[in-house]
Amino acid sequence: MALTTTTEPVPATAVSPSPTSKPTPRWRNRESLTAWLFLLPSLIGFLIFTAGPVVAAGVISLLDWNLFSPPTWAGLRNFARLGPDPTFWSALGNTAYFTFVSVPLTILVSLALALLLNQGLRRIAVFRSLLLLPYATITVAVAFVWIWLYIPHDGLVNAVLGLFGIHGPAWLISDNWAMPALILMSVWKSFGFGMVVFLAGLQAIPQQLYEAARVDGTSPWQSFRNVTLPMLSPALFFVIVTSIIGSFQVFDQALIMTNGGPGTRTTTLVMYIYRTGFENYDQGYAAAQSLVLFAFIVLITATQFFFQKRLVHYDN
Amino acid sequence: MTTEALPLVSNKVVQRKLIVFACFLVTALTLIPVVMMVLVAFQSDAESMAAKPSFWPSSWHPENLTRAFELVPLGKYLLNTVYFAGGTTLLETVTAALAAYAFARLNFPGRGWLFGIYLATLMIPSQVTLIPQFVLVAKLHGIDTWPGMILPHAFTAIGVFLLRQFFLGIPRDYEEAARLDGANRWQAFIRVIVPLAVPAIATLAVFKFIGQWNNLLWPLVISNSDATRTASVGLQVFQDTNGTQWNLLLMAATVTTVPLIILFFLTQRWFVRGITMSGLGGR
Repeated sequence: MALTTTTEPVPATAVSPSPTSKPTPRWRNRESLTAWLFLLPSLIGFLIFTAGPVVAAGVISLLDWNLFSPPTWAGLRNFARLGPDPTFWSALGNTAYFTFVSVPLTILVSLALALLLNQGLRRIAVFRSLLLLPYATITVAVAFVWIWLYIPHDGLVNAVLGLFGIHGPAWLISDNWAMPALILMSVWKSFGFGMVVFLAGLQAIPQQLYEAARVDGTSPWQSFRNVTLPMLSPALFFVIVTSIIGSFQVFDQALIMTNGGPGTRTTTLVMYIYRTGFENYDQGYAAAQSLVLFAFIVLITATQFFFQKRLVHYDN
Repeated sequence: MTTEALPLVSNKVVQRKLIVFACFLVTALTLIPVVMMVLVAFQSDAESMAAKPSFWPSSWHPENLTRAFELVPLGKYLLNTVYFAGGTTLLETVTAALAAYAFARLNFPGRGWLFGIYLATLMIPSQVTLIPQFVLVAKLHGIDTWPGMILPHAFTAIGVFLLRQFFLGIPRDYEEAARLDGANRWQAFIRVIVPLAVPAIATLAVFKFIGQWNNLLWPLVISNSDATRTASVGLQVFQDTNGTQWNLLLMAATVTTVPLIILFFLTQRWFVRGITMSGLGGR
């Protein structure tokens, strides 16, 4: 730890040793006691309401339990039920469809807008705030406007398509277009987050790198490919990871806009967990589904961290 | 700044005009849904429910605001949302700041593994804890009560993690100076650390508040009467009981989301900083 002399000189005794260099502290020493007092309010709540429930989820997934009668032991039966359950597979497929279309689209829109805003505009903060607005709205509230926008025949979206001679689909009530409609709304709702992260990343790239690239006679595309992308890759990685995790948990807009329909065309994993646990009162099965959702998130995130080593450029 | 990076058009003036035009265009497109929400909210019943929707209201009906509040107890729902979002935010911010100080500055046996347990829960999606939290609250007779609504969402690890990272960045010297003047740990925390950490604490508070204002799933399962029903859930009830009375539904939606939009504009300095901190500081 470096001792800076920004204020008056501090005697050497005032420099506390770094935590790791301290000899093994004792339970009874004053500092540990103080530490536990600081920790206590958070720790009690955390153990009861966050850490405890994580462990309990594992236990409940092994039970047959409808909350009204005493639970009975089910072993791994709840997990075995997933295999032949068509709604589960449909929900998994829908969630994957949603995630692997909406995340790349969101990233592209965020990146394009960040690049646009980074072109040396004077009122950049105003545009940034306005473009961030959808991100700061209530999902449920704006979901209703999007239902209105998607009204078949004469809704605003189809009216605009009609100007170009395109006969728009029935969107939210169409088998094939309900999911794309949800994806479009979700891209609109969430692109602001990535845009702000990318914009900060772009502004942190040293200008000398572009000047050096220009001296070497590179084309705009080459300087984007060889300077911007590598320098932005940590931000890109972060946004991709968090967007995929978020998309796997999509619920609000699907519940409001399509309620999972038509049929089960837009039933997502979280919606199925909600139905299983709180409409069918099958808590054990719902807990098992939630653990499978968690396993998918871990798997995808781990895969991304595996590829990160080769694709993400870190300065240090 | 980086005009050189992408010289799409050779003529700089034309290029600049194109960029400004493109910015206006995408911003206008982005704002259409929010603008339409507000416009339809002021249309007459007949106009808003006509087979062919109209965009600009042919007559303005500000009385839709009071009608929406009469149709469902929207005022109560909004107040409940303030309780829910405010309660979780206050509890989480205070307890997380205290715990973060212990993790960042104090030595105690088990610090490493305890922080490890906090970190481990960061990755776990909230749906995993949803069922056990519901069971716990139900067993404690907390369904449809404020403790049942607030407590399970007030002790997440993210607050402790973010504030600890920030506290670690505050030079120890400031605190040591106060300690030399005879301040104990508590006084050092309150007088030195907290004032220096205001931006980080505010960022956490703004994000937590907005996140909980948005929360649909938890109030949906825990709240089953107007006593604790939040605006997100209330809008869903509105839809069920009033079908597609678009003007009143979108008026209710406007009333629900406008306070948040105002909060966003008031706190956007922290909001933007919070996003960039999580995006660039979190690597």
